[in-house]
Amino acid sequence: MTTKISFQQTSCAFLVNGADFLAVDRVDLDIADREVVTVVGPSGCGKSTLLNMAAGLVNPTGGQVYVDGVPVREPGPERGVIFQQYALFPWLTVRSNVEFGLTLQRGVSRAERRRRAQHFIDLVGLTDFADALPKTLSGGMRQRCAIARAYAVNPSILLMDEPFGALDALTRVQMQDQLLRAWSAEQRTIMFITHDVDEAVYLANRVVVMAARPGRIKEIIPVELPYPRTEAHRLSPEFTEIRNRVWHAVYHQALEEDRAT
Amino acid sequence: MTSTIPVRGAPPGATAPPGRSRAGRRPNRTSLRMLGLNAVAVAIGLAVWAGLARAGVEGLPGPLAVADRGWDLIESGTLLEDTAASLRRVFIGFLLGSLLAVPVGFLMGWYVTARGLIEPYVQFFRTIPPLAIIPLAIVLLGIGETPKIFVITLAAFLSSVISTFQGVVSVDKTLINAARVLGAGDGVTFRRVVVPASSPFILVGMRIGLGSAWATLVAAELIAAQQGVGYRMQQAQLYYDLPTIFVGLITIGVLGLIMDRILLLVERRLTRWQERR
Ligand SMILES: Nc1ncnc2c1ncn2[C@@H]1O[C@H](COP(=O)(O)OP(=O)(O)O)[C@@H](O)[C@H]1O
Ligand SMILES: [Mg+2]
Repeated sequence: MTTKISFQQTSCAFLVNGADFLAVDRVDLDIADREVVTVVGPSGCGKSTLLNMAAGLVNPTGGQVYVDGVPVREPGPERGVIFQQYALFPWLTVRSNVEFGLTLQRGVSRAERRRRAQHFIDLVGLTDFADALPKTLSGGMRQRCAIARAYAVNPSILLMDEPFGALDALTRVQMQDQLLRAWSAEQRTIMFITHDVDEAVYLANRVVVMAARPGRIKEIIPVELPYPRTEAHRLSPEFTEIRNRVWHAVYHQALEEDRAT
Repeated sequence: MTSTIPVRGAPPGATAPPGRSRAGRRPNRTSLRMLGLNAVAVAIGLAVWAGLARAGVEGLPGPLAVADRGWDLIESGTLLEDTAASLRRVFIGFLLGSLLAVPVGFLMGWYVTARGLIEPYVQFFRTIPPLAIIPLAIVLLGIGETPKIFVITLAAFLSSVISTFQGVVSVDKTLINAARVLGAGDGVTFRRVVVPASSPFILVGMRIGLGSAWATLVAAELIAAQQGVGYRMQQAQLYYDLPTIFVGLITIGVLGLIMDRILLLVERRLTRWQERR
């Protein structure tokens, strides 16, 4: 199996109040081609920073991130990002938002662009809102629009920062299955941040548990469940066991920290 | 008369003043009531004015006398010519000023170097009222159209440039990142994200710019002109011709209001996507 994304001793420090604050501390992590890796951890532990370094939006202050063996210097359309804050262009309709990335690709005709955008708009269930402005959409609908926009450019890597956080439980489960279906059809590599332990286990080949202060990897828990995953997996004893392990890793640590302070 | 008084220079978006709600677009009960009150206020104002004139305040002409003079000036074509001359100056100055302010404001917002080089001048000239430049402009540029248009351009430019700059600086970083990860380079990000995202600021700046262009215009004409509303009032002053001065004042007010309203409509149209709370 080839490595798609490789963090090598990757650190990131921010200047906060004149002092260096270590948001990510020497992370080593290899994500294989076509693997789904989910990242969980308490808020503020550096999950978004880690993802942004892979996206090329934040430069590591130590170490390096490699994608296909090449150090990441800047963002690129082969690495799709879904932001925690949706980041829709408020002056564009849903359709124009979804088409945005496609307009930047050479050799995509207008009709083809339309067709592809429509496909992903339908996919996320926004058919009736294709010509609406973001301000008229609910949080969940905005998130779905952001997902369609990222999917539309067909990136080989998807970097997703709590993408389903604003969705209701049912839509969330639908989007998870949708994501896995698209993943197995198009063979993408996915790095997925979530605070939902069930979601982390359901999607992942491996779950990365991070700890805070400084942000680091605490444990990597493999999920030995076969794909395609179904609702039956969620109810299996194996699932429950892994889920409990992850839960423990995240919250045991949180409790420890509470005790320490 | 319209129902609301626009707040000059109010920042767009988050703190949209109440006057910019939808009341202006769809007449509901409150806005009809406001319209009624506005009409009453105007009527009372006219009555007080007429009363004062009749009571014999030294030299004050009544509304009818002013209306009469207004009609004369319209019939003779003087008012139209003066208005045309004034509007021409203000439009040229306003257009030049805004056209210059937008790229300069963008440069300042986008490149730290440009900001460092330009900002001291903008801040310095902003503290000088454009009118104070008039003597210098007349000495350097003569008494033709050039100094007037120059001063108006300067006034419009200084008002818009800061606003544009602030708009660029306050563009949400995640929107820029969103464009970049979709494959947009600097140019595309600038054109398709920074420009639209800062357009509410630019439009507010343009409205402020138009306001100061208009204010500066009249003063510039008071000092040196052969035609224009300000010039007409200056002439009237020599002959103690108060009705003409009043006609001039009302013309200036009405034209200023109309121009502001047009820009407000344009602004509303172009920034309809904004979330207003
Ligand atoms: N641009 C920044 N400047 C300063 N501090 C930052 C910046 N971005 C993130 N941080 C800090 O780094 C830590 C990790 O942030 P983040 O990666 O967003 O955490 P998470 O996504 O896990 O909640 C937080 O304490 C946050 O305050
Ligand atoms: Mg985060």
